[in-house]
Amino acid sequence: MTYRQDIRFLLNDREVSLDTVGADDTVLDFLRIDRRLTGTKEGCAEGDCGACTVLVGRIDNGALRYEAVNACIRFLASLDGCHIVTIEHLVGPDGALHPVQQAMVDYHGSQCGFCTPGFVMSLYALWMENPTPTEAEVESAVQGNLCRCTGYEPIIRAALAVSRYGTPTRDFLVAQRNKIAAKLTALDDGRTVAVRRKCSRAFLPANSDDLAEILAANPGATIVAGSTDVGLWVTKMMRWISPAIFIGNLRDLKEIHLTDDALTLGAGVTYTESQQVIGEAFPHLTAFWDRIAGWQVRNMGTIGGNIANGSPIGDTPPVLIALDATITLRKGAERRHLPLEDFFIAYGKQDRDPAEFVECIAIPREPGGLHAAYKISKRRDEDISSVCAAFNLRVEESTITGARIAFGGMAATPKRASSAEAALIGQPWSEATLVAASRALTEDFTPLTDMRASSDYRMRVAQNLFRRFYLDHVDAAPAPLMHA
Amino acid sequence: MRDQVTIHGAAHTDLKHESAIKHVTGRAEYCDDIAEPIGTLHAYLGVSNVAHGRIRSIDLTKVRAAQGVVDVLTVEDLPGSNDISPTGLNDEPVFATDKVEFWGQPLFAVVAESRDMARRAAEMGEVDYEVLPHVTDTEAAMAAGYPNVTAPLTLRRGEVAPALDAATHRIAGQLKVGGQDHMYLEGHIAFAIPGEDDDVVVHCSTQHPSEAQHMVAHVLGVPSNAVTVNVRRMGGGFGGKESQMNLFCAVAAVAAKKLNRPVKIRPDRDQDMTSTGKRHDFVVDYDVAFDGDGRIEAVDAQFAARCGYSADLSGPVTDRALFHADNTYFYPNVQLTSRPMKTNTVSNTAFRGFGGPQGAVMAERIVEEIAFKLGKDPLEIRKLNFYGEGERNVTPYHQTVEDNVIARLVDELEETSDYQARRAAILEHNAKGGITRKGIALTPVKFGISFTATWYNQAGALIHIYNDGSIHLNHGGTEMGQGLNTKISQVVASEFQIDVSRIKITKTTTEKVPNTSATAASSGADLNGMAAQNACVQIRDRLVRFACEKWGVPAEDVVFAPNEVRVGGEIYSFDAFIKLAYMDRVQLSAAGFYKTPEIHWDRANGTGRPFYYYAYGAAVSEVSIDTLTGEYRVERTDIIHDVGKSLNPILDKGQVEGAFVQGMGWLTTEELWWDDKGCLRTHAPSTYKIPLASDRPREFNVKLADWSENRELTIKRSKAVGEPPFVLGISVLEALSMAVASVAEYRECPRLEAPATPERILMAVDRLSEA
Repeated sequence: MTYRQDIRFLLNDREVSLDTVGADDTVLDFLRIDRRLTGTKEGCAEGDCGACTVLVGRIDNGALRYEAVNACIRFLASLDGCHIVTIEHLVGPDGALHPVQQAMVDYHGSQCGFCTPGFVMSLYALWMENPTPTEAEVESAVQGNLCRCTGYEPIIRAALAVSRYGTPTRDFLVAQRNKIAAKLTALDDGRTVAVRRKCSRAFLPANSDDLAEILAANPGATIVAGSTDVGLWVTKMMRWISPAIFIGNLRDLKEIHLTDDALTLGAGVTYTESQQVIGEAFPHLTAFWDRIAGWQVRNMGTIGGNIANGSPIGDTPPVLIALDATITLRKGAERRHLPLEDFFIAYGKQDRDPAEFVECIAIPREPGGLHAAYKISKRRDEDISSVCAAFNLRVEESTITGARIAFGGMAATPKRASSAEAALIGQPWSEATLVAASRALTEDFTPLTDMRASSDYRMRVAQNLFRRFYLDHVDAAPAPLMHA
Repeated sequence: MRDQVTIHGAAHTDLKHESAIKHVTGRAEYCDDIAEPIGTLHAYLGVSNVAHGRIRSIDLTKVRAAQGVVDVLTVEDLPGSNDISPTGLNDEPVFATDKVEFWGQPLFAVVAESRDMARRAAEMGEVDYEVLPHVTDTEAAMAAGYPNVTAPLTLRRGEVAPALDAATHRIAGQLKVGGQDHMYLEGHIAFAIPGEDDDVVVHCSTQHPSEAQHMVAHVLGVPSNAVTVNVRRMGGGFGGKESQMNLFCAVAAVAAKKLNRPVKIRPDRDQDMTSTGKRHDFVVDYDVAFDGDGRIEAVDAQFAARCGYSADLSGPVTDRALFHADNTYFYPNVQLTSRPMKTNTVSNTAFRGFGGPQGAVMAERIVEEIAFKLGKDPLEIRKLNFYGEGERNVTPYHQTVEDNVIARLVDELEETSDYQARRAAILEHNAKGGITRKGIALTPVKFGISFTATWYNQAGALIHIYNDGSIHLNHGGTEMGQGLNTKISQVVASEFQIDVSRIKITKTTTEKVPNTSATAASSGADLNGMAAQNACVQIRDRLVRFACEKWGVPAEDVVFAPNEVRVGGEIYSFDAFIKLAYMDRVQLSAAGFYKTPEIHWDRANGTGRPFYYYAYGAAVSEVSIDTLTGEYRVERTDIIHDVGKSLNPILDKGQVEGAFVQGMGWLTTEELWWDDKGCLRTHAPSTYKIPLASDRPREFNVKLADWSENRELTIKRSKAVGEPPFVLGISVLEALSMAVASVAEYRECPRLEAPATPERILMAVDRLSEA
């Protein structure tokens, strides 16, 4: 294999080519230190505050799309073939403020101003897609942006007013879309890339066959998709991830197939990319999807990554296990299929050979089931679950004939509640049945106490969710407060 | 110009934040954005990973050998004193030497070619400890016989014991209220540039440049005049950068002087949160007596606080908790005692409200206890116990409350928020016994304004008018987002009657205004505004004298009109007038000064007038809780807040909104959690959850009491605004408490601990349901 030995991307109005790039180099350090584009701020270096929000534009199904991402946990190598837009690029050539900026000024949306560039970028990304958002849509777009001064009220007012200051059709990025798309297309030579800084090496395979080959040659290499987890290995734990294989741009891992029988998602599909199809195939996950992380993280993070990293508190595994999903693992040209629940062996240990990668996830669609997914966290949005619960029950003639119930946050791995499931099968569909079955959870789990929740709370709330599940499926049940 | 009737940016108008455009364009320069001179090095702290231990040895061989490391600083490298205790108690070393007293305590600093290299090397220190038993929480510290970190305070009035004994009703209970991390978006940072002789310039993000200057001088062993500290703006402070920046300033300055190279230090968020102080959490034991109507007869309370390993500002913080333990209520007989407990945790520090909110929470808990006991609406109990006018108006520290407007505020809010009808509807909703319960609460605040350290109540300003008529404004306050610079330029614009755009706001620097106080205690505009006004008046008086002499008119014929000066029948543009004054050799520069009058405080006897005046406010919040999970939502909040005659209503409204949400966060989702090794595990936004946009009240109505005017001669009759509305977050806690209490028909006070996380709500619901 011959490699291209530089990465190429657009930075604001310039074309950039870099031949010295390490696996661990972050976009934020590149912007602030190398380019002195200091408008982008570091608030947390873990993707939780949004002060470093920038836009990344890329060709997606032939169209140029811009997404808000966290520069702090995004790796520089992953920008190959992208257009990165920072706060410095928003002011027009005539010095006029961008509509988002003008609205923020007029509505007093900044106090200390440190979070402000990040908010502006998130709101800009929102406005490009949705110029007249609802308040809920604005809140969703800034789930990944913290402000400690304003209490958010003026920022939301500004966001709701942006369309009065200008329409996206006249926006400079939109106006230049064809030109930029052409430039990005020209950058994409279809070649696999290998770059390095000293001994830190990064690969960008051009397709999944190349990925399989590179991984076979470098077993144990760090596979980086959205870097919303691996990014923190670097920024928080100071781990070296070299050699790293960046797969976020692999189109053949981004394929989505929806049939009557199943939804198949490529491992590289992000939360945002899957949002619509998930809602279509599994309507009960619509609201749940919106509570996974913040917008920037949903734009980067992949379902494959959420699975492959084996976090006991990942939000998608319990949901997918309850739906009886299977995953496909690939090593070289070999593939094997595995029920997702069997993939998680122990804390931090998955059934994955160092030369294997997760290729896709298949989620069967079985009509007629009763479904729900719940996320319990200290803060409603952009928090890690204390408990995540997913229910999938089959009820025939008022009798429960099937039950798959999985939890996150209750054990060292995402895990089914088999005793509770057993307690349901064959029983009448009633509140009493659900409450009785919830008691069996103590046989299934001995949850931990940590900074997110106590063992007692985890158990109690997990049990109560059985009742919540029942109430949510009974007519005239009170609207659930947090999950509507 | 001649037709202009008013200037742009006068006092009392809605002027935008002076840096708003720079904020939204990313052009506002924060410390880390300053261009680094060639040769800049980066420092990073090596810290302890035990909570309490004796240091047997520290081996830094690997640190020194690490890639890019230029030097490692230890206590041997400090030319002056190894002490940065802000109160002079000598209990806070820069680097620990023989023992460590909390997890995260600085031991040494690495200086390297890049921040990344320094950060990686700082992990490589090998420290051998004799691990000692540690205590992280207040109750354990009291049980273990840990000392106070500073002298406790007692406030006493009337006869508590007999009043408690004789009362119709008496309730004793305990309140636990958690701490809070500042979570300013810009973390700590200092950047030192060495100069000739002993000189060093430190750019940093501190609320207290003068103290940073003095501490750097102290650690360097040089006089204060060798050290310059500069702050253009902070990315948030909230009290967290009052004393805590001293450490970083000292380390950067020592490294810069030793190596003769610029040195920057910026901890990552984890180190920022584990190695710098937070809001004090409190355990309050209270004993209250009241009559059959709910009128309070006596209060006896002990406020024990987790202070951490050293005093820092814990003395005045715990004092202020006592000063606000009355909130808006008259206690006929009262005894309040503080216990500033030493613990093996980072030394807690200033945080918006400075102990006051913790005091006020107890007052509101007492109200709740009485209301649940008597089966009444807590609002009725509140009103019954408000400070009176002319009577029942003496505080536990013997200051008479003379500017009380709480009754009017609360009556107005009760009506505009439709409190009574909504409460009735909520009672009806809850009576149906569903899964979702609701609560509503109206809580007031009275907040004392002035530093209780009386000498802090002074300020300086420096104003130059250049001979083209442009103005350079400098003062001792610091800008952390609150709009202080905006307000002070409005004061100056009003004094000279010129558009605010003619005034250049400049960075705070110890070179221009010496011996400043921290921008804290909500005092920034009060103190520095008066000092700036004083400077303006000096220059204006000279200009008037000049005009009188030059044109032979009486002083009353010299009028500063919008952007012009009228002298008799003649009109001069401001610029032309200034040029003439310059040509006539008028001094166009002045240093202004101000000290708050009338205040005094005798701490030993617990009497005096520590506060120049009070700021008032009230909030009513409505919440829903899910009794199966403990999750909740704030449905609506209405606030009326008193800022006197506002210098800038829109900025003040922003302060009220922001403070409320921050106060709500403190009492709801913001939880500090230490593991059993004494390590803080909530040390970044991934684990420490401040409110998001979706957490703010679903409906949020904030209004300033536009009829209010400060009775005292403050700057243009305004009132301080930074801290008081923070206390209004208590309305959310009280509303949650009502919702929880509904599961037991309001028979029992839930005694909800704060932060009232979903977990605490569910546990309280279960406890009350089972009772």
